Amino acid sequence: MTHENEWPLWEVFIRGQHGMSHRHVGSLHAADAEHAIRNARDVYTRRNEGVSIWVVEAGKITASNPSDKGPLFDPARDKVYRHPTFYDIPEEVGKM
Amino acid sequence: MTVSAAESPLFEFLLRQGDNALVLGHRTSEWCGVAPVLEEDIALANMALDLIGQTQLWLGYAGEVEGAGRTADDLAFLREVYDYRNLLMLEVPNGDFGRTQMRQFLFDAFQVPWLTRLQDSKNTRVAEIAAKCLKEALYHLDRSSHTVIALGDGTEESNRRMTDALTFLWPYSGEVFKDDATDNAMAEAGVAPLPSDLHSVWLETVERVLTEACLTLPEGAFAQSGGRTGFRHTEHLGHMLAVMQTLQRSYPGATW
Repeated sequence: MTHENEWPLWEVFIRGQHGMSHRHVGSLHAADAEHAIRNARDVYTRRNEGVSIWVVEAGKITASNPSDKGPLFDPARDKVYRHPTFYDIPEEVGKM
Repeated sequence: MTVSAAESPLFEFLLRQGDNALVLGHRTSEWCGVAPVLEEDIALANMALDLIGQTQLWLGYAGEVEGAGRTADDLAFLREVYDYRNLLMLEVPNGDFGRTQMRQFLFDAFQVPWLTRLQDSKNTRVAEIAAKCLKEALYHLDRSSHTVIALGDGTEESNRRMTDALTFLWPYSGEVFKDDATDNAMAEAGVAPLPSDLHSVWLETVERVLTEACLTLPEGAFAQSGGRTGFRHTEHLGHMLAVMQTLQRSYPGATW
């Protein structure tokens, strides 16, 4: 099979039974978005994992560059005060 | 020992439902590990498992109705070719991927309205089983009709293959609509509608999908028959059963 004949790659996101947001679960090949949803249903929800599916063509995702890791993420390292661990959260607030 | 249709039309009716699911389920499972792409391989395996699950419901109930102590497994693995009551279309070899999908579509286009009607059966067990199977059938129809459209309206080669598939399968597609004594008995008892009542809604679905798939509805009303009555199966069913039943035949009563 030549490359041009291959279906594009899609990234699959599933919202689980108890999950609050969609999570990336993997990727698959499909001819179009509808096809990707059906394939995702068969590949990733056969053990009752999900209640909602998102698919996005892998090429449409803009990702950060691994070599930019330093400038992007290092500055946050020494700013522990940004973590909410210094506060007691009242129980009535529930899940955050 | 098979109870004749005259003795128990309900048993006969249940065998038809169960054997359709069983034979198509086994044929579909033959794609496991050899489908053209991974995603389709898994989808076909899921579909096969759905159908085997449906088989357990139908044949399990059939065994109860028969009252001879036979389980769904006994009925599936210890009957001979001539005891089977499935449609001929479902027992013929898969052919290529396109033909497998076309067959699935032609069957699903019937199953969805059929199971929808069976939900209103006066027999509550039949109604319950139908309601459970319908959810799966709706997904199968969604998947198979989209695949038929994608392949029919695809490349020159895929269109040619789908045309060949349709030409091959068409003469088998009418078997399900030939009402017989069992169907009449079920209709009179309010268990099921007459299959012939569903022909127009089936044809409507088929025409709509085939048109979108750039395929032409074949002409000719000739329909092969003999599967659902058990009168005459194709030569292929025996070969299929030999593979499917080999374990129970070689090691009777084996369990896991």
